Amino acid sequence: MAKAMTKHSDTQWIPVSFTLNGRLQEIEVEPHELLLDVVRDQLGLTGAKRSCDVEVCGACTLLVDGRPVSACTTLAFEVRGRSVLTIEGLAQDGKLHPLQEAFIEHGGFQCGFCTPGMILAAKALLDENPNPSEAELKHFMHGNICRCTGYKKIIESIMAAAKKMRAKA
Amino acid sequence: MLRRFRLEEPESVAEAAELLGRFGESAKVYAGGTELLLAMKEGLVQYERLINVKKLTGLSDVTTADGTLVIGALCTHHQLENSPVLRDKLPALTKLEQNVANVRVRQVGTIGGNICFAEPHADPGTLLIALGAKMIAEQSSSKREITAEDFFVDAYETALQADEVLTKIQVPIPAPNARSAYLKFGYLERPSVGVAVAFNLNGGVSGVRIAVGCAGPAPRRVAEAEALLEGKSKDEALRHVAEAGASAGRAAQAISDLHGSQEYKEHIVGVLLKRAFQSALS
Repeated sequence: MAKAMTKHSDTQWIPVSFTLNGRLQEIEVEPHELLLDVVRDQLGLTGAKRSCDVEVCGACTLLVDGRPVSACTTLAFEVRGRSVLTIEGLAQDGKLHPLQEAFIEHGGFQCGFCTPGMILAAKALLDENPNPSEAELKHFMHGNICRCTGYKKIIESIMAAAKKMRAKA
Repeated sequence: MLRRFRLEEPESVAEAAELLGRFGESAKVYAGGTELLLAMKEGLVQYERLINVKKLTGLSDVTTADGTLVIGALCTHHQLENSPVLRDKLPALTKLEQNVANVRVRQVGTIGGNICFAEPHADPGTLLIALGAKMIAEQSSSKREITAEDFFVDAYETALQADEVLTKIQVPIPAPNARSAYLKFGYLERPSVGVAVAFNLNGGVSGVRIAVGCAGPAPRRVAEAEALLEGKSKDEALRHVAEAGASAGRAAQAISDLHGSQEYKEHIVGVLLKRAFQSALS
């Protein structure tokens, strides 16, 4: 019976201490675990989606140290010592981020599947460039794909949020 | 889901090379992983060990030394697109790096990883060939130079030996009268055709280097096309650029695939060469 319970005694565990949505997390992962799986399954944050699984669609976008990465193609241990932001961490004390408010006000989503990735990518864009031209916005957001909206409302939402955020700053 | 592997994290190039030598084909260098992890996810390759080279120091800078621009193999595309040194000395490479893949791939993908994976549908190799770049490959206690022209052997195959680590890419800093341009075309996720041109402009065009990538299995220099422009006056060269484009297209070793038929790609090579040449002249 003991055989059925055999565990690999030479499993390699990597301790990963990181900040997740502002809070310190300390977990252990095996080298081959993907960030998207750890965030969704271990940490229960299912805003990031597995969609294309080949880092072209952006539905799995997370911000690591403020910069967008494809969680589907990132090894989980790579966030050790870094800060990770998921869509669940954007609103503060129940108050939505201006980007979230703008997407609601301007109809920047339909099915919502691409939206967490879209909003996080937009946040990274505006953190880097608070006043992007439409061309700059499109270039940055080129890797986030939406099947529903045709992008016009997404662009409007981001530009509106940018304007609001500049006014507040 | 990836299959299990062991992670090795060497702290020196010598250690990394030694690990590669020791574990051979069961180990692979891992940096940004933007190509490698995809191939592993699709089950196309399998490794018992990944050698994380991101702890190696001195390989993520862009510096100049003796008229040469030295790019560390671990420089990410994001770093390169924002490097003031690169923008000053090689704006064509800056523009190329701005347009690699998407913002997430640029964030973690490295130029070294890009050229070592040698995916045919990639950008940097083509321009590096046109710019006369040299790759520095290191083993435990030796290093050698491989010209960009010789580096890309076939699809997913480079001239690197199994226990060599690419550490630097050296590009001669262009003279003040040097011109270069890289243009690509594609409507799928990866580029379908890429053309790079570099030359010196002093009354006429000289030192012409043309490279074609993405259309065939590996980026290659197309001397046949260069000869049609070499030493000509600016206007004469422009009159011959269509012929050069046709020659470059034929030499591109284009294959028919989802990106387009062989004829279509050859045609696009011609279009891009003409535009790249005009762009470089302006």
